[in-house]
Order: sequence, then structure tokens, then C-alpha cells
Amino acid sequence: MDVGFSSLRSEAVGAMRTALVSAENLQLTLKTELSQEEQALTHTKSSPKETHKTGNEDLKEMLESNKDSLKLEAMKRVVGLIAKGKNASELFPAVVKNVASKNIELKKLVYVYLVRYAEEQQDLALLSISTFQRALKDPNQFIRGSALRVLSSIRVPIIVPIMMLAIKEAAADLSPYVRKTSAHAIQKLYSMDPDQKEQLIEVIEKLLKDKSTLVAGSVVMAFEEVCPDRIDLIHKNYRKLCNLLVDVEEWGQVVIISMLTRYARTQFTSPWKEGAMFDENNEKAFYDSDSEEKKDQTEAQPYIMDPDHRLLLRNTKPLLQSRNTAVVMSVAQLYWHLAPKHEVNIVTKSLVRLLRSHREVQYIVLQNIATMSIQRKGMFEPFMKSFYVRSTDATHIKTLKLEILTNLANEANISTILREFQTYVKSQDKAFAAATIQAIGRCATNISEVTDTCLNGLVLLLSNRDETVVAESVVVIKKLLQTQPTQHSEIIKHMAKLFDNITVSMARASILWLMGEYCERVPKIAPDVLRKMAKTFTAEEDIVKLQTVNLAAKLYLTNSKQTKLLTQYILNLGKYDQSYDIRDRTRFIRQLIVPNEKSGALNKYARRILLAPKPAPVLESAFKDRDRYQLGTLSHSLNTKAAGYLELSDWPAVAPDQSVRNVEVIEPVQEWAPLVGKTKKPKSDKFYSDDEEEKEEERSKSSGSEDSSSSSSSSSSDESGSESEEESSEESDKTSSDSGKSSSGSEKSSSESEPEQKKKKKMTKAPQKKSKPTAAFSDSDENGNGPVAQASSSSAESSSDSETDSEDDSDSDSHATQQKKKRDVKSKPKVEVKSKVEVSLLDLDDFSPAPTNAPKSLVVSSSLLSDLEGLSLSNISSTMQVTTPSFGPVKTYELLHHMTGKGLSAKYHFSRQPCLYQPSMVAVQVILTNSSDHSLEEIHIGDRSPASLNIHCFNTIERLEPEASVTVSMGIDFSDSTQAANFQLCTKEDQFSVSIQPAVGELLMPSTMTEQDFSKEQGKLLGMNETSATITMATANTSSQAISKQVLCAANVGVVSSSANNFHRFAGRTVSSRALVLVSLELKESSTALLTINTEKSVMASMLLRDLKQALAQA
Amino acid sequence: MILQQQISVELNMRNSPSDPPCQSALFKGGHQNITFHQHVNPSQFIVWELLQDGPICRRLFSNSGNFWHTGTISCNIPELAAEMIHSLFLINHSGDIFLEKHWKSVISRSVCDYFFEAKEKAVDPENVSPVLQTPHHYLITIYRDKLFFLSVIQTEVPPLFVIEFLHRVADTIQDYFGECSESVIMDNVVTVYELLEEMLDNGFPLATESNVLKEMIRPPTILRSVVNTLTGGSNVGDTLPTGQLSNIPWRRAGVKYTNNEAYFDVIEEIDAILDKSGSTVFAEIQGVIEACVRLTGMPDLTLSFMNPRLLDDVSFHPCVRFKRWESERVLSFIPPDGNFTLMNYHVSSQNLVAIPVYVKQSITFFEMGPCGRLDITIGPKQTMGKTVEALMVTIHMPKAVLSANLTPTQGNYTYDLATKVLVWDIGKLNPQKLPNLRGSLSLQAGAPKPEDNPSLNIDLKIQQVAISGLKVSRLDMYGEKYKPFKGVKYLTKAGKFQVRT
Repeated sequence: MDVGFSSLRSEAVGAMRTALVSAENLQLTLKTELSQEEQALTHTKSSPKETHKTGNEDLKEMLESNKDSLKLEAMKRVVGLIAKGKNASELFPAVVKNVASKNIELKKLVYVYLVRYAEEQQDLALLSISTFQRALKDPNQFIRGSALRVLSSIRVPIIVPIMMLAIKEAAADLSPYVRKTSAHAIQKLYSMDPDQKEQLIEVIEKLLKDKSTLVAGSVVMAFEEVCPDRIDLIHKNYRKLCNLLVDVEEWGQVVIISMLTRYARTQFTSPWKEGAMFDENNEKAFYDSDSEEKKDQTEAQPYIMDPDHRLLLRNTKPLLQSRNTAVVMSVAQLYWHLAPKHEVNIVTKSLVRLLRSHREVQYIVLQNIATMSIQRKGMFEPFMKSFYVRSTDATHIKTLKLEILTNLANEANISTILREFQTYVKSQDKAFAAATIQAIGRCATNISEVTDTCLNGLVLLLSNRDETVVAESVVVIKKLLQTQPTQHSEIIKHMAKLFDNITVSMARASILWLMGEYCERVPKIAPDVLRKMAKTFTAEEDIVKLQTVNLAAKLYLTNSKQTKLLTQYILNLGKYDQSYDIRDRTRFIRQLIVPNEKSGALNKYARRILLAPKPAPVLESAFKDRDRYQLGTLSHSLNTKAAGYLELSDWPAVAPDQSVRNVEVIEPVQEWAPLVGKTKKPKSDKFYSDDEEEKEEERSKSSGSEDSSSSSSSSSSDESGSESEEESSEESDKTSSDSGKSSSGSEKSSSESEPEQKKKKKMTKAPQKKSKPTAAFSDSDENGNGPVAQASSSSAESSSDSETDSEDDSDSDSHATQQKKKRDVKSKPKVEVKSKVEVSLLDLDDFSPAPTNAPKSLVVSSSLLSDLEGLSLSNISSTMQVTTPSFGPVKTYELLHHMTGKGLSAKYHFSRQPCLYQPSMVAVQVILTNSSDHSLEEIHIGDRSPASLNIHCFNTIERLEPEASVTVSMGIDFSDSTQAANFQLCTKEDQFSVSIQPAVGELLMPSTMTEQDFSKEQGKLLGMNETSATITMATANTSSQAISKQVLCAANVGVVSSSANNFHRFAGRTVSSRALVLVSLELKESSTALLTINTEKSVMASMLLRDLKQALAQA
Repeated sequence: MILQQQISVELNMRNSPSDPPCQSALFKGGHQNITFHQHVNPSQFIVWELLQDGPICRRLFSNSGNFWHTGTISCNIPELAAEMIHSLFLINHSGDIFLEKHWKSVISRSVCDYFFEAKEKAVDPENVSPVLQTPHHYLITIYRDKLFFLSVIQTEVPPLFVIEFLHRVADTIQDYFGECSESVIMDNVVTVYELLEEMLDNGFPLATESNVLKEMIRPPTILRSVVNTLTGGSNVGDTLPTGQLSNIPWRRAGVKYTNNEAYFDVIEEIDAILDKSGSTVFAEIQGVIEACVRLTGMPDLTLSFMNPRLLDDVSFHPCVRFKRWESERVLSFIPPDGNFTLMNYHVSSQNLVAIPVYVKQSITFFEMGPCGRLDITIGPKQTMGKTVEALMVTIHMPKAVLSANLTPTQGNYTYDLATKVLVWDIGKLNPQKLPNLRGSLSLQAGAPKPEDNPSLNIDLKIQQVAISGLKVSRLDMYGEKYKPFKGVKYLTKAGKFQVRT
């Protein structure tokens, strides 16, 4: 065995060796080609052809053979040629024949080839198109995906229409993978044919609505490339994108974050305090007294952050912990550009962490930190030591670290930094040493306390052995002396002494300038230096010559007795210099200082011109103005505007309409949705704040009676608005069932929520157009998402209005209007429910197969299973409609009253979503509200009973401000029993025992099946699995719509389409054990009906029967 | 043909709406440099030059009397949508391009000349700026394992995005073939090419998870390559990857092992700068947990620590549930199959960092005569009762040092004349008999005495201890029935540990 194996192995080694040899040969030939290329810069096509003629003939034969293995071998070699950048285009006909090969590897290699050469051989490439078109219809999603990938990569203009069609089709594909591919294809098509833009935008718009995390990143990428200015497409998807972000793949996260940064800058108002626009002093004060400042801010500023703005900040924060450095950087820049100033600090640690990464990462991160540290020292000061330079760092890293250290220097840490700098000055890397000297100079000018110390240190460096160090020191000292107009003649003298040994021209020039400028302070030395210069003048560099002329002129003016002749001599030398610059200067100086008849006028002012006090140079960071570019971008890195750079707009003075984003539903995924309580708040604030006009505009269309209600709503929301809202919405939900359809009421309510639906025009589709708010829900429904938060947020407004109205404003409002309003409240939820079902049906038609499995994909789960499910259903679209989850009105229950909860109140409702955490759990959304006057901390779930109870807790809420409320979601495994789940809701100080008792209907989830399946399943569940009763229904409930509504309201089941009018069927499964629950209702005469429930769980059946009976009996 | 097509796009444009459309077009030159003239008005015309490596160069010639003046004009060419990463070139240490991959139209390799120019200037490959600008493109380069990965970019893109991706490419190659070198890449050029094809679609990263990639393209093993040569089989997986579609894209489906095992290595690195006197200028601990998990099915693991408060800043593999960490300080995750980095962490800086060794050194260069003296002793300081192993000292000597004549009491030393690097490999540190290296250095005659003493870089390892004191308390598995074999190993290493002299 061993022997056999080793022989096998040696064979393999032999094979590899031959392969290597041939590879080497190839390389050799490549080499010759390269040199040819170098010689004749333009490489012609013929030469590579010739060199490879023999090899390629050979390949052609292999490709045309019948054996897959030979073909494969040939393709591998062809790909090898491509990889080396060699021309293999003449093999095109031979290769393209293999595009339909069954061998997957061969196929892939052909794809590689095709993508590379199709552009050059367009006619032949067309031969392959039909193969891809066929593959686009393949039942396997991967084959569909890769076909689209290759098809869209073939850059042949003729196939643009085919691509367009394929993209459109793929965008509606069931598989998120294919949809992702179509998003990629959009960009490819756009770059090939920008004329398709409009059509492509339509596809993008459609894909933006996609709930799959797989698609999100790619479609945003397409958006950024095709239509980055169409910000209006984002509105409706904004919240969804924010919520999905954590689950999107890393690369998509980067793209989405940068897009959202741009978006936020156009949609929200600035969270930065006015007047504190990155003022250095203010900044320092801020860090000295952190808490004080905060108080200040809250007091002084009426600014309240848009909850959507907050949503973005909160959802991006966890990504700071990503392993992907690009993600961390993009979150950091988001915080930098969007967060209130005191919150930006949270990114510091993560950025410093990135410094441990690869050299290139360090480079980019340090550049960004350098820009940040100019404006906000405090952010990085605690991490100063992380920027200490190591001798092993690359030079550009060292320089950047130095830059940052200099930016961070202040009175407190300057001594530490200077000590560090001392080490650097001695570095063997002289470029770095020179940079350090400049840094010392900057520290000296910025911090006056250390100027003298630095100056002395620099003077010491003048005796350094290294020339560059000395030269740099001279230049820096020159600058420093200029900023310090006090006596420094000693230093100047010292420099004069060194003058002979310094050869670097810039340094010599600097010394000469200093001599001239301060010649009166060194009256003896300056003429001597000039004398020396006169001797060496001709051998000097231009810059030194210029300064010599300057020095001569200045000395002539101050000390003409000693230097008159010298000056004349130098001016004569300069007159015949080779450089015209120097000749010009000499001529100019001569006219200026030497008086003669012609030039009397200026002569008088010569002294004032030459010896004018000069402003000191400002030593600034090279990163001073880099912040004009968005951090983390290529433009920032290069400090020039890169092609395709999109400016970050300034904050708008007045926030654009916030309600444009309202349409979108909040994912149940989020654990803290600020929705119910919070969305309202800023709105109500608006009423009082100064941007009244905007509001005015919105209201202008609404009726007069609404005015009073809106004002009252503002008053109501001022005192813990959220609570009253919920109560009222709960109430209204309950009453919804018995209230009849009152059209006048619905009209009324529609007018009330006018601002919200302004943007919604598509409601024209809905048959029941009367009630506008329902149109607002169409989006949510087609995506199969819960109306939960939505319903409460929009209905809450109107309902709370009316309630408070009746209490507070009773004098202004007549009794009649109150009555009317009450009715509005009652009628509204009802209308919603009904048309909800319809709208979703409509949209389904509109959307064709795709949304079938939408309820699943929204949970991000795009598992193969669900795909297959979708696939099998795709051809029976007529029955599919039943799969839309049924959403009855949401009943909210109280979990904890604020009296017993010491200010903490909790309400819950069953969101009827598949639970994210475990499929066997029932998703419950809990709305926590703080009605006390102090903030509550560390709200979490404590002990539970029974101990075995499986709960997925929400994350601890660190802090809940007074009046604020959060929505969190949790999962509870009830194990298909209605036994209450008892647990403790804890705050930092207290614990409250609470319990959730589910109605039996909530333990179900809707199931999809056809009528045939239903009958089949029902047939299996007979006998003791069947429970039935004859019930009497309220007359209002006899219509099929009403029945569906009542049943769906009581139980979370799915409607099964029925062929018979008097037969209604509903199907569901229990959440934990997945047992089928079938409900059928057969209408008999005079509002009686036979209600039958078939399920294995007989206890549940009887309970459900009771509940349904009750629900249908009441009107 | 391509070029003509591009031109026809350009022809539709005018410099401003008021300009007359192009009146005449003149094609000139071969297929690489195409020039055509566009008459704007009788006294002006524009020459469009289509360069080989760039889109277009425009010159405005205007006729004023006797002269044709040349000037460049800026007109708003609609931004042709460009992908994030256009092309990738792999370049070896000596500057040969040995692999190129274009995700879109082909960019001539002459674009790399700008890079070579910068490389020439920088002398040391480490010093080449990672981001370069050329007239028509931007080049973003990483340098790893003596190879340059050069990507060509055409439009604004976060540079870290590209850098991170390039490192992922290098990681993947490393993961597949054990190392990332020119010879390995050339031996497996087809596989590498297939990988690149899968990793990026139209310049946007597609599949970068190693688990997903390995399902699509199997890494070569000796056995398989033998079988493939005999049977004509392929490296391309015939099953389609499911990971990419699931909620957990990092894990492949249907994993099966007979021995179920999960190993975790807690590796900590001490980054420190010590000054001349031996006091700590700066010290911190960076840790990483490397995992090797071979478990059947879909295990859901929970790893908890005895003292999670130690961890100051963390970053996770995407599999880790961040919310659990936030609330309970435990790592809860469904692991990828095989080797991966679970988390990186930074130990809070309040904790004093134990420095395991001390160094007594004296390096002096004499003013008189071309020589210097070196004397280094290393002893244990805070080693947590463990032995320090694999101790090594590296010194980058000043250029003037010609040779070294030294005697170590333990281990051996080498001095590389070309790079001027002195390496003293000590091995185990014996507390009874401290290792010492002393002797003389000879300097280049006539060269000035080096200004500065070189700093020492120290490498060391301490087995079975995490220097921060971090301890894993338990590992639980849910979701699967079998009992896995679990193991945790600790290791402390010197990171960037530098002693200034």
C-alpha cells in the first residue's frame, strides 16, 4: 500500500515537473516578448502571434478534440496565457464552441476567456449568447446567476437589449442570489450604454425594496454608480437599510454606510451646536469639563435629533467591532460627519485598533486620524502613545505619526512629546529626522511656553554631524526667530559661525536672510559674512545668490560705510549672472538703493521697503484643510479630488420633510425601535420651533378642523405622548371589530394624516381608495411585513389627537365634532385592515412571482429551502396569494403599568413575525416607556418561571430617558401551551414580576397551501382530531371579507383561497411543534355557520374554537 | 473596434451647449494612439487623443493670427461608470509583472510604470506609498510576502476597501496553497485565476469567505492533483455552494467529521518600547483568538471568559453575535469550518503590562579608530513563572558598521553585511546563566561615528500563559448531539518589542 502510494506520488511529482518545465518555457517566451515591448513601445499584434504560433496551433487541436480532459488541459493553458497578459485571441472560435460544455470547470474557464476576449471578437461572441439565454431559465439558481454574470460581462453593444431584458427578469427572480447578480449587472450595462439609465433606475428602484441582505449591498452599489443623485429613491428604504445593515456582508456595509452618510447630510439638521464649529478653544474647554458642556448643550439647544438620524447612528455603532478595516473606517467617518460632537469619541478606540493592522491600512488610518486630530485633539490624546514611532516603521508611517503627535501637543503633554522627539531626531532615517525638526518647530510656535526650550534644542542640533539635520534646523530656527521678535542675537551669531560648514543651499540662504533681517542686532558679523559671500558668490546656488543680494542691499542701507564697496561688487557680479532671475533682482535692487538722477522717487522708501516688518510664517499641519474631503475617501488620501468623488453636502438649515421615510415598515429585527414614542416627538417639537412655515405648508391642504386637533396633539405629546397614544391605539383596536364601516369617518382620518400620504400616489391602484392611509401601507404589505409599528405610529397621531381634544379643548370644540372624531378613531383601524389584504393582493399581481416567499426573506433567511419552496410554487401563481401573512389588527396588552412599575410601563403585542432567534419561539414586541421623571437604567429581563421557560431576551437597555420609549423584540417559546410566561422585568434598582399569556391564536403561524392540499390534510385529521361546532355569527360578519378579518384577528393563520363562496378555509401551524391547524367555516343560512378545526392538538382546537366563536359572534 | 466605439460616444458631446457639434473627425495613428480633430469654430479646433492607457486627452488649438495656441480644455465628460477595482497586477520583488487580471476592459500593463517609478524612488519596498495617482488611474498597492498586489482604480473608492480586499486575496492564496509566493501562484495559476474570478464581480467583492470559496473551488492536495491528472477530474466543486445563500455565509453546509474537535489558541502580543534605562515608554497587549473548529453539522458555540472585563476593545469574525457580547460578555457563534480568527482584542491600558525580560545593553562607537563595542545581556523580569523561549534579538546596525566580531554565551549570531542586520538567536532563557553577547564592531574607515545607537528588536515566546491573565472559562455547544473534543492553548509573544539604546 505504502509502496503503491509512493509510486503514485512520484508519478505525480514527475507530472508536476513537466508542467513546471512547460511553465518555465512559457515564462521564457514571455520574457522575450517583454523586452520587445520595451524596445518598441508600441507593441504590435503580430509579434506575440508569431512567438506563440506553434503553441497555439497545438492548443487549437486540443480544444477541438473530443476528450474533456484534453480540452480542460488546453483551457488551463489558455487561462495561463491570459493571466500572463499574453494574447490568445485567435483561439476564440475554438474556445467558444465549448461554452455549452457539461464539465463545470471547463465551462468556467471558457467563461473566463469569453469575458476577456468577447469585446474584441464581437461577432463570434454572439454565438455564445444563446447558451446563456438558455441558462437564464435554468431551474438552478446558481446557473441562472452565473449565466447572467457572464452575459453581462461580455461587452458587446449589440446585446444590450438582451441584457436589459435579462436584468429585468433576474431582478424579479425568486432567488436572492440571482437578484444580487442582477444588481451587479446593472452597473455593467450602465457603463456600456449610459442611455439605458432610465430603465436601469427602474430596476434599481425595485431592487432597493428587496429585503434580502444579500441584495442590499449590491443594489446600493448600483445606485451609487448609476444615479447617486436620486436620493428620493432612498427615502422609503432608509429605515430598512439601517436595520439590515448589521447582517449585510462586509463589502456591502461599506457601500451602504457611505451612501447613508451622504443621505443623512441632506435630510437631517446639524447636530452640532451653533457657534461651536470646531473651534479649538471651545474644544479644549469641552474636554476639560465634559459633563458641564453636556448640560450646556441640552440647555442651550432646542435641537432634537431626528429619530431616523439616531437610528442610523445606533445601527452603525456595532460595526465598529468589525474585523474588516474598511467597515470600521466607514463607520468612523459616518460618526465624524454625522454624530453630535460628544459622540464622535466612540470611534477612537476602534481606529487606534486598526493601527495594528497591515502597513497599508495603517497608512490610510493615520491619514484620517491626522485630519481628525487637528480639529479634535481630545479624541486621540489619551492614545498618544499609540502614535509613538518605532524604528521599524516605514517612512511614510513615521511621518504621519509625527504629524499626529504634533497635532496632539499641548501644554500638558509637550514635555513628553519633546522627549520622544529627541529620540527621533537621532534616527538613522534622515528624512524622518528632518521631519521631526519641522515638527519641533511647529510645537514651538503653537505652544509659547516651550518656544525657548525648542529653540535651544534646535540650536544644539546645529552642531549635528548630519547635514540635512543641520539644514532643517536652520530653516526652522529662521522661522522661529521670525515669530519671536525678541532678542536672539546669540543664536544668529552662532549660526554665522556655523555658516562655513553648512553646504545645503536652503540652510545657507536662510542664514543669510536672518543676517540681513536682523543685521542691526549683529552689526559686526553681518558685513563679515557678506565679505565671505562676495568671495564665493559665483559658486553659490541661485537661492543663495538671491539672498546674498538681499543681504547686501540691507547692509547698504543700514551700514553703508562698511559695506558700500562690497555691495557694489556683488551687484556687479549679479548683473552678469547666468540666471535672469538674479540679473533682474540685481537691477531692481541697484535702482532701489543706489541713488541716481533717474530713480529718485522710490529711493526714499528703500529702507521702508526692504526692512519692513515681516509677518511671521505660520507653521501649519499639512492636513489642515484635508477635511474638505469626506474622510476615508480616495480624495482625502490623495488630497485632490478624485474622479467620481461626490461632495458631502452641508447640513440643510431646515430638515426636509421627515415623513417621506414613514412609509417603510420597521423590521421586527430591531430591538429598540424608537418608533412609537419617538417619531412623534420631534414632530411635536416642530410645532413650537421656528420652522413653522414648513409645517404650515403641510397643513395648508388639510381642513380647518384639523388645525385644532394638531395643536392639541402637540400639547398631548408634550406630556408623555407615547403612553396616551398607545392606550388609545389599543382601545381603537379593540373597538375596531365592532365598529361598522363609516366612510365619512375614513375620509376624515385620511385628511388628518395628509402630510404622510402626500408622497404616496400609487394608491390609485387600490380599489378602496377612499381611505388614504391604507395606501401608505401598501409597501409594508407587499413585503409581508407587520404593520405593527406603522399602524400605531400613524393612527396614534389621530387618535391621541381626538382624545386629548375632548379633554383639553372642550371649550373650543363642539360636542358634535368630538363625537365625529371619536368615530374616526374607531373606524380607522378597521379600514386599514380590510384594504390591507387587498392592497397586498394587488401588489402581488403587480410583482409576479417574487414576493411569494417575501415573508421569509424578510427575516434575512434566504436559505435554500425557502428558495426551493418558492420554486415549486412559482408555476401556480394563482393560488399563491394565500401565502401573504395575515395581519389582523394588533392588540396591545399591558405588561406592566407605570404605577406598579415605578414609572416604567411596558406593553406588548404579538408581532406575528417568524421569530428570528429560534423558529419555535413566538415573537413578542415590547414597548417600554419611561413615564417617570428620571432616567431608568439597565432595563433587562431577570428570573423567569417556569425555569425551563425558553426566552430570548432583548438586550439590556442601558438607559431610558424620561418620556422616552423603546420597542424591543423578544422571543418566547410557549411550547404550544397557553400557559403564561412569567419573568421579571428589572431595572437597575427594581424588579417587577410580569407575565405574558398568549391567546391561543398567537401560538400559530400562517401556513400556505392550496385548496386541494387543504382537503387532503383535512382528510388525514379526522376523528378525534376534529372539533366542530355550529356558531351564530353577527350579521355584520357574514361577508367573506369580514369573516377573514375576524378570524385573522383572533388567530395568526393564513387564508386558503376557496372556490366555494360559502366556504372559508384557514391554515396555520403551531409555532413550536409545527402541527397543522386547519380551520374551516361553512356558512349556513341565517348567519349560522359550521366551524370545524382539524388538528392533532385537541386542547388547542377547543380553545381556538371558543376564541373564534367569540370573535365571529361579536360585531 | 473598441476604440471606435468609445470615440463614437465622445463624438456626441460638445464642450458646451452652444458649441456646434463636431464637424470633422480625423482618425490617425495605429490602434493605440488615435487622434481626431474636432472643429469647434473656424479659429479653433480640438484634438482628441486616445491614449493607450487612458481614456482621452484633449487639447484645444486656437488660431489667433499667425499662431496656433495650445491649451487644454476641461469639458464635462459624463463620468463613465467605473467599478471599484478595475484590474489587478501581481508584481514580484524585482519588478516583473507575473500575473494580471482584468475584471473589465483590459488596461495596459504600462500603467504599472508609475508604480515602478515610485518604487525606484522609495528604495525600500516598504516605503512605497500605498496610494498613487497617475494621470488616468489611481493605483492602490499592498506589499506582502515580497509581492506587490497592485490594483488599478478609476474612480473614487474608499482606499481601505481596496486594501482590505487585496489582503483578503493574499490571505486566500495563503490559505489555499500554504504560502503566498510567486512560484506557488505560478504553479497554481489556473486556480488563482478562478479564485479571482469568484472573489470579484465587476470590481465588487462577491465571495470572500474562505468556506464559500472552498466549496466552489477546491484547494489542491497532492492526492487530488494525482487523481485529476489520471482521470481528468477537476478542482471545481460540482456541488454548488450553499453557504453564500444562507444566513451564515461563512459556514459551508453538510460538514462531517468523525473526530469532532474545537481548538482555540489565545495568542497575546506585547507591544512595547523600552528606553535606554529599561523603563517602559509604552506597552500594551494585543490579543487574538485563533480557532480551529472541525465539528459536524451546525454547532452553536458559546465561549465565555473568567475575566472578560480585561478586554477593552474587540473586533470579531462576522459569525460572533455582537449583541450577546454586549449584554453578557460571552462569545456566541456558529463557527466557520476550519481555521479562522475568532476575535482580536486589546487589553485595557489601565492594567500594567508585565514585561517579561529586561535588557542590559551598551553599544558604543569610539570617536578614535574605526571600531565600536557591543555588550548585551538579557534576563527574565516578569515571566509568570514560565520559561521564555525562542528569544531572539535583531539589530539594524548603522550603515557604517562593516562587520561584527562577537561572542555569545548562548545561541549564535549572524550579521548580514548587505542589510546590516545583526540577529542573535538565543533560544531558551536560562535564569541561572543569563545569555550575553559581547565583542567589537568594526566601522568603515573614515566614516563619521554613527550619531545614534541602533535599537534592539526582541522576539520571544512564553508558552501556556496569556500575559494579560485572560482565561477562557468554558466552551458550550448547542444544536448538535455529539460531544466535541475541546482545547484551549495560551501563548504570549513579543509583538513590536523595541528597546531603545
